[in-house]
Amino acid sequence: MKFPYSETVLEHFRHPRNVGKIEDADGKSMEGSPACGDMVAVYIKVAPGTKTLSDVKFESYGCASNIATGSIITELAKGKTLDEAKKITWKEASDALGGLPKIKAHCSVLAIEGLRSAITNYEERHGLVKEKTPTTVEVIRKRLKKVMNPITGLDVVRTNLVKDIELKDSNVRIVIDLPANHQFAPAIKEEIMEKIEPLWDVKEVVVEFTE
Amino acid sequence: MSERRIYLDNAASTRLDERVLEAMKPYFFDTYAVATSEFAYTQGIEAREALDEARGSLSKALNSNPEEFIFTSGSTESSNMALKGVALALGKKKGKHLIVSKIEDFPVLHSAQSLERQGFQVTYLNVDGEGFINVDELRNSISDETILVSIQHANQEIGTIQDIDGISNICREKGTIFHTDATHTFRRVPLDAGKMPVDLITVSAHTLHGPKGIGGLYIRKGTPMAKWMDGGFQEFGLRAGLENIPGAVGFARMVGLVTERENKRLQAMRDRIIDRILAEIPDTTLNGHRQKRLPQNVNISFHYVEGESITLHLDMHGFAVSTGSACFSRSLQGSHVIYGIGGDHERAHGSIRITLSRYNTMKEADAVVKTLAGVIGELRNISPLGKEKHGKED
Repeated sequence: MKFPYSETVLEHFRHPRNVGKIEDADGKSMEGSPACGDMVAVYIKVAPGTKTLSDVKFESYGCASNIATGSIITELAKGKTLDEAKKITWKEASDALGGLPKIKAHCSVLAIEGLRSAITNYEERHGLVKEKTPTTVEVIRKRLKKVMNPITGLDVVRTNLVKDIELKDSNVRIVIDLPANHQFAPAIKEEIMEKIEPLWDVKEVVVEFTE
Repeated sequence: MSERRIYLDNAASTRLDERVLEAMKPYFFDTYAVATSEFAYTQGIEAREALDEARGSLSKALNSNPEEFIFTSGSTESSNMALKGVALALGKKKGKHLIVSKIEDFPVLHSAQSLERQGFQVTYLNVDGEGFINVDELRNSISDETILVSIQHANQEIGTIQDIDGISNICREKGTIFHTDATHTFRRVPLDAGKMPVDLITVSAHTLHGPKGIGGLYIRKGTPMAKWMDGGFQEFGLRAGLENIPGAVGFARMVGLVTERENKRLQAMRDRIIDRILAEIPDTTLNGHRQKRLPQNVNISFHYVEGESITLHLDMHGFAVSTGSACFSRSLQGSHVIYGIGGDHERAHGSIRITLSRYNTMKEADAVVKTLAGVIGELRNISPLGKEKHGKED
């Protein structure tokens, strides 16, 4: 019998490492997936001198791949510098877990985003963030690369689902090359809204489908 | 991993009863001919007799006549036939309006949506917090254009049993055909076509220890029904295709094996599981009505945790259950039933359905509650939600 999850995923799911809250965390984040509703919280402690992650903990309100990815990234990130930890990719986490099902990309990528957001949170709290840059079509496209296409488990940009991006007077219009009644259309739309709406200078986001 | 597997997903499929298999065997190895007329060869006549006898038992179980019962490949086909057959027969003559509830199972819901794309209008009736439709809303929704009302007998996920007697009488008064999907109630909850003016009833064998691939549709005499599956003249010319005689025989054998005593036993197990979970595991919500529910159905939401994680943990302990979580579904959509009863995303996310069968025991009922308590506790320790209340980390 073959489970959709690898032995390593199941092992981390059964015995997740570094679970819990860090009460006096230097940085923290809570990421949620509108696609399936999973959530993950990441807490970090940063060693003041070396700027390395001295402790990383996580909590998960999610499925097996969400829990397992949360667990593995705490192990991958510990001891790394902030810049190194920011560069940990979904692929690295997935490889360390012996592979994740593609349809589960959207819930497993949350932990990676959670770690990056916790680091950003630390940087913001310690005045390490550069100036705010104005939103451009390219900035939007970059954010859309974080929106998964659940059909393939790859992002919507790479899988050519993004047909058009328009930016006019701080209003954003995104056209997705799927019929509006496609089974994944509502999930993709929600995830796009969640990624683009928080941009500091964006007023309104409209997601349209081709049919 | 536990050696012994305890199967608690009997709404999805059930273990075949050996007695059903024994009844079917001769129709695989001896009487495997097609059911022919009485003027043909012996094997065919025997096959015909077996089919007639099976039809007799099944129609009797619904208190109806043999010529009102046709065999199909299962409840999906039966419900498709009910909706599309009536739509095809009456769409041009009477009207193009259908009424279904929001929480119907997919064969009804998706048939309605498919008809909508072909120019029919569909009213999707709301249900209340326990899953009941509002009969006044139904009454007001029926117009001269309404050709069919389809309301399930009981819900596939939360087990809520609708008042079919009342609903069917409203439809009769208004002169509208009424279909009910009885996939989960057949032989478990009384349904009497002789007493209730129900025109079409979907039933299936796979939920009651019968074989897969056989179901039936009760069609009250005189109900307009267009032929939908074209080919031969089987099933009174209504449904073409080689008759599944072993399936029909197994289906009929199965009917006699479901007893009132068994249904009471299931209900006692159901009540034990529900009462114990609600009492022993905090932050749980029962989905559906406490009493007016299928005797074999339990559906409870465990707050702050996700359903796929629960099912996977339970599987490691040897229990098979199902969940309404979006993570679990291929479409990434949470249960439309939980949303339909006004549940939010979180309630669907942590919902677990346990469905019982002839082969489950009270000991297993207690075992699943005990294991669930442990699994929910573990997952809540990992969860970022609900901590303030439980103070695990504070």
